[in-house]
Amino acid sequence: MHRTEFAIIGGGLVGMATAWGLVRQGRRVTVFDEGDIAFRAARGNFGLVWVQGKGVRLPDYARWTRLSASLWPGFARELEEETGVSLQLSKPGGLELFLDEGELDTHAADLKGLRDALGGDYPFERLDGTALRKLVPSAGPDVVGAIFGPEDLNCNPLYLLRALAQAVVGRGGRIVNGAAVRGIKPDSGGFILDNGGQWAAERVVLCAGLGNTTLAPMVGLEAPSWPDRGHLLITERLRPFLDHPTAHVRQTGDGTVQIGASHEDAGFDDATSAQVIGRIARQAARLFPVLENVRVVRSWAALRVMSPDGHPIYDESDIHPGAFVATCHSGVTLAAVHAMLLARLVAGDDPGIPYLESFSAERFRVPQAV
Amino acid sequence: MPNDSVFRRLSDPPDGEVTIRFDGQPVAAREGDSVAAALLAAGFAALRTTPAGGNPRGPWCMMGVCFDCLVEIDGVPNMQACMTPVREGMEIRPMSGARSLGGGDG
Repeated sequence: MHRTEFAIIGGGLVGMATAWGLVRQGRRVTVFDEGDIAFRAARGNFGLVWVQGKGVRLPDYARWTRLSASLWPGFARELEEETGVSLQLSKPGGLELFLDEGELDTHAADLKGLRDALGGDYPFERLDGTALRKLVPSAGPDVVGAIFGPEDLNCNPLYLLRALAQAVVGRGGRIVNGAAVRGIKPDSGGFILDNGGQWAAERVVLCAGLGNTTLAPMVGLEAPSWPDRGHLLITERLRPFLDHPTAHVRQTGDGTVQIGASHEDAGFDDATSAQVIGRIARQAARLFPVLENVRVVRSWAALRVMSPDGHPIYDESDIHPGAFVATCHSGVTLAAVHAMLLARLVAGDDPGIPYLESFSAERFRVPQAV
Repeated sequence: MPNDSVFRRLSDPPDGEVTIRFDGQPVAAREGDSVAAALLAAGFAALRTTPAGGNPRGPWCMMGVCFDCLVEIDGVPNMQACMTPVREGMEIRPMSGARSLGGGDG
């Protein structure tokens, strides 16, 4: 029997950020990473640290997201110093561009409602087409306007995952690859994991993305989720032309342009569809006509981890204390709070965030008729 | 019925001569040469510099896989020299780092 203090189930961004946060506190941590058959949202995402629009229906989610974005620069600096890996974090300021005036009105009204709910503390700016093209000259004539979010950022998500993994190992954490955890049994205050071998853990943190839905009931938790498929395209490298990340198109630190933001309910199928690739490529060329003749060199699809309301789920088991679940689709955006605050929560400390209770899966429980 | 063969006999004497230009210099090439073959035969090894480190690179795989032979051909950036047959009067320029969006490698 192998032993560990903390078992982190899932070697994606949620698991690795939490694991790093724990090894930073001197805890003994083992991360269990399923292997290449896993859906691996952490290896397929868009790389945005995105604030604008999150939490329109749950202002606490906006608070949590903004807290993470504000901690991100310090988090990135520490991780970069520790590993020597550059995360290519951009300067702040992101844009959502609109081709339709009505959609822009709706989005602006949503953000204004959120600003009111947060007592006026929620910065964003509506730009008309002229103001936008002053800021981003390459935006096309069909773009009617944009929302500028001064707190939005972007980074290279693959370097982020690599840096976290390197930092976890560098501080004495272990990463066990290629052995999916199939069973978790509560056992005299701790937990026995079955991943082909047997591991005993004092505490267990479920960070397995869509896999949490199956794992959570083993320890008295629930983590409903569904896969929201997104397609991504990468172009050949270009000279810098786009300083600000946008919700659909961003230029990476290496010069390639990443195009994304499609949404489909395709079940557990992460194959690509030529139709969707064509649609998002055409949309990108309308937003930025300079991209019209640029070559796409890679494309893929990945599955977002969506809870029923799209907000994160964080819970500790009532029946089996010491078992935690963390499910979210924003592993990049929330990496900083996962490392700095979620890691303290699972270690038994009070992170001082009273509104974390809003993210309990309790909210999905429909009261039974008496 | 046989398929159209992908193999060709080397002809000697060559089918004919064309002149292309590399970075402004005239280069004699044989009809049927790829741009990469013509430039290698003329003694040009490095056709571009990399976007990542600015290091010189030249044709390597000669079969369209490695993308190390990228050049600008008649104003179109990032063309694979090994996959493009020469044509009389072709203007070829080295790729210097990442392409710009102005059309050429300017």
